Amino acid sequence: MIKLEGLSKVFPGHNIPAVKDLNLEINEGDVCVLVGPSGCGKTTTMKMINRLYEPTGGKIYIRGEDALQMNPIKLRLDIGYVIQEIGLFPHMTIEENIATVPNEKQWPKDETKQKVSEVMTLVGLDPKVFKDRYPSALSGGQRQRVGVARAMVSDPPIMLMDEPFGAVDPITRARLQNEFLRIQERMGKTIVFVTHDIDEAIKMSDTIAVMREGELVQHATPSDLLSAPADEFVSNLVGRNRSIKRLHLIRINEILDEVDRAKPASEDAKIGEVEKQIEESDIRSVIVVDKDNKLKGVIGVSDLKRKSGEVAGDYCQDVTDTITSDATLNDALSVMLECGEGYVAVVNEDDQYEGTITLGDLLNVVKEEG
Amino acid sequence: MAREIWKWLGIPLIMIAIAAVIVIYSVNNPTDSIVARMLTYERVFRVIREHMGLLLVSMTGAIIVGVAGGIMLSRPSLYRIGRVMETFVNIGQTVPSLAVLALFYTILGLGFNVAVFALFLYSILPILRNTFAGIDGVEHNIIEAARGMGMRPLRILTKIELPIAFPIIVAGIRTAIVINVGAATLATFIGGGGLGDLIVTGLSVHRDMIIVNGAVIAAVTAILLDYLIGKVEERVVRWA
Repeated sequence: MIKLEGLSKVFPGHNIPAVKDLNLEINEGDVCVLVGPSGCGKTTTMKMINRLYEPTGGKIYIRGEDALQMNPIKLRLDIGYVIQEIGLFPHMTIEENIATVPNEKQWPKDETKQKVSEVMTLVGLDPKVFKDRYPSALSGGQRQRVGVARAMVSDPPIMLMDEPFGAVDPITRARLQNEFLRIQERMGKTIVFVTHDIDEAIKMSDTIAVMREGELVQHATPSDLLSAPADEFVSNLVGRNRSIKRLHLIRINEILDEVDRAKPASEDAKIGEVEKQIEESDIRSVIVVDKDNKLKGVIGVSDLKRKSGEVAGDYCQDVTDTITSDATLNDALSVMLECGEGYVAVVNEDDQYEGTITLGDLLNVVKEEG
Repeated sequence: MAREIWKWLGIPLIMIAIAAVIVIYSVNNPTDSIVARMLTYERVFRVIREHMGLLLVSMTGAIIVGVAGGIMLSRPSLYRIGRVMETFVNIGQTVPSLAVLALFYTILGLGFNVAVFALFLYSILPILRNTFAGIDGVEHNIIEAARGMGMRPLRILTKIELPIAFPIIVAGIRTAIVINVGAATLATFIGGGGLGDLIVTGLSVHRDMIIVNGAVIAAVTAILLDYLIGKVEERVVRWA
C-alpha cells in the first residue's frame, strides 16, 4: 500500500540528513508505528508521505503510484491527517472542523452533515451535544476524538497520525487507544502512526519501525521485536522488562476462556454456600451478580465477619473498578495496581459480568509467552 | 430583539445626547457677540461633515492598504521584509501627527486632499502592523493541520489565517480610528477643515466655549466609533 524506497531528507542548511536511505513497506490495512527517540526522523518520514516535506532523494509509492508525481493537494485530500496537539481550528465549531476535508472536496451540504454526524458518533461524541461547540469548550480527550474524526470523515484509505494521543492523561489515553483500535478493526485503514512511547507502539501496531538518527533500525511485528531485537539500541528502547510489555499485545478476551473462571454467586444465594465458594477461590473473594448477570459487587473474607444477613446480597460491597474485555492485559494490570487488588472483574458494555482476571493469570501468560 | 438593540444603542445615544446638549446650549446662550458669530449650527454641522470626510476617506484607504499590505508581508516570500517593517512602524509611530502634517504641507501644499493623505499614511501603520502580527501569530500546528489535510494556500489564508487574526486586525483598526479622529483636528492648520476649525478659532479669540464644542464632539466621535466597532467584533467573533 505504501512503499518508501531509499527515501532521504536533508533540510537546507544542515549537513546531517534528517532521514537517510529509508526503505519501508506497509501493507494494506496495517498499522505501522514509527518509533524512536526525538530527532530520529520519524515525524519527518511521515510528513514526506503527504509531502508536507519534499524528499531530497528516493521514491514514495502509494498503491503502486509514484506519490511525488501526484498533485500534492489531491494526495493530501485522500490521506487522513492527525497531528500532535491536534491543531483544531479555534474559530470553527466542531462540526465545521470535522467538515474541513468534505468542504475542500465540495461535497453536497447535507451529505457532509450526515457524514460528520456519523463519524462523531463513531468516535464517541454525541453530535447533538457537541457539533455546535467550539474547541475551547472541549476537554483534551474530546479534542483528540475530534482530531481523529476530522481525519476519518472522508473515509481516506490511508491515515497519518503524529502522536495523536500525546496530550492527554494516561487513563484517557488508554481509553482512546482502545476505542481507536476497535474502530480500526472495523475500518481496516492503512495507518502510519508516530510515537516516542514504545508501550503505545507495541499496543497499537501491526508492525513497528524503529528509527535512530534518520535510519531504520528494525521493522518487525511487535512480537518479533520483543523476542528478537535487532541490536542493543532496540533492546534498550524496548527496555528490560520485555515480558511485561507482552501484556500490551494480548487482549483480555483472548485469554478469558482459558483462565479458570470462578463462578459468580447470585445475589440471593445462601451465605453458607457463598462462604464455601470464597474458601475455595484463590483470590479469597467471590463476585456477586444479580439475576440479569449484572455486576452487583464482591464479597471478601473480611466482609463475612463485618456484615450479617442470610443471602449474598447482604454482604457484598462495591467493586472499585472494572474493565472491558477488549482492553489489554496491561490495562488489567494497571487497574489491579490502582485498586490494590489481585483481581479485576471483566464486564461488557451493559455492565454484565464476563469473568475475572487475576494476577496469577497474568503471571501464567508472561511465563508461557516469555 | 428590542432589548438587544437598546443594549447596543444605549451608550452611543447617551454620548450623542451629551454632545448635542452642549452644542445646543452654547449656540443658544452665547457668552458674547463673538461667540454668537463664531458658533452657529451651520458652522458646527459643516466642521462635523468635514471631519467625517477626512476620517472616512483616510480610514477607508488605510484599511484597504494596511490589511492588504499586512497580508502580503505575512506570505513566506515577503516574511523577512515584514519583520523589518514591524520595527519601522514602531519608529514611525513615535513621529508626532503634527509633524507628519507639517511635512506633507511642505511637500504637497495646503488643502483637504493633503490632510487626507497625511492622515491616511499615519493610520496605515497600526493596521499594517496588527494585520501582519495577527497572521504571524496563528499557531504553527493549526496551519500545518490545514496544509496536511489538503487545503490550498489561498483557502488557508481566507478560511483559517484571516478569521483567527481578525480580532487583532480589528484592534489595529480601532487604534487607527482613535488616533485619526484626534489627528484630524490638526488638519485645520493646513487648510483641511474639520473640528480643529472650532478649536483653533476658539484659541485665537480666547473663547473657551468654542474650544469645548470642538473638543467634545471630537472626543464623542472617537469613543462612539471605537465602541461600535468593538460591538461588531463581539458579534462576529463567537469563538474566543
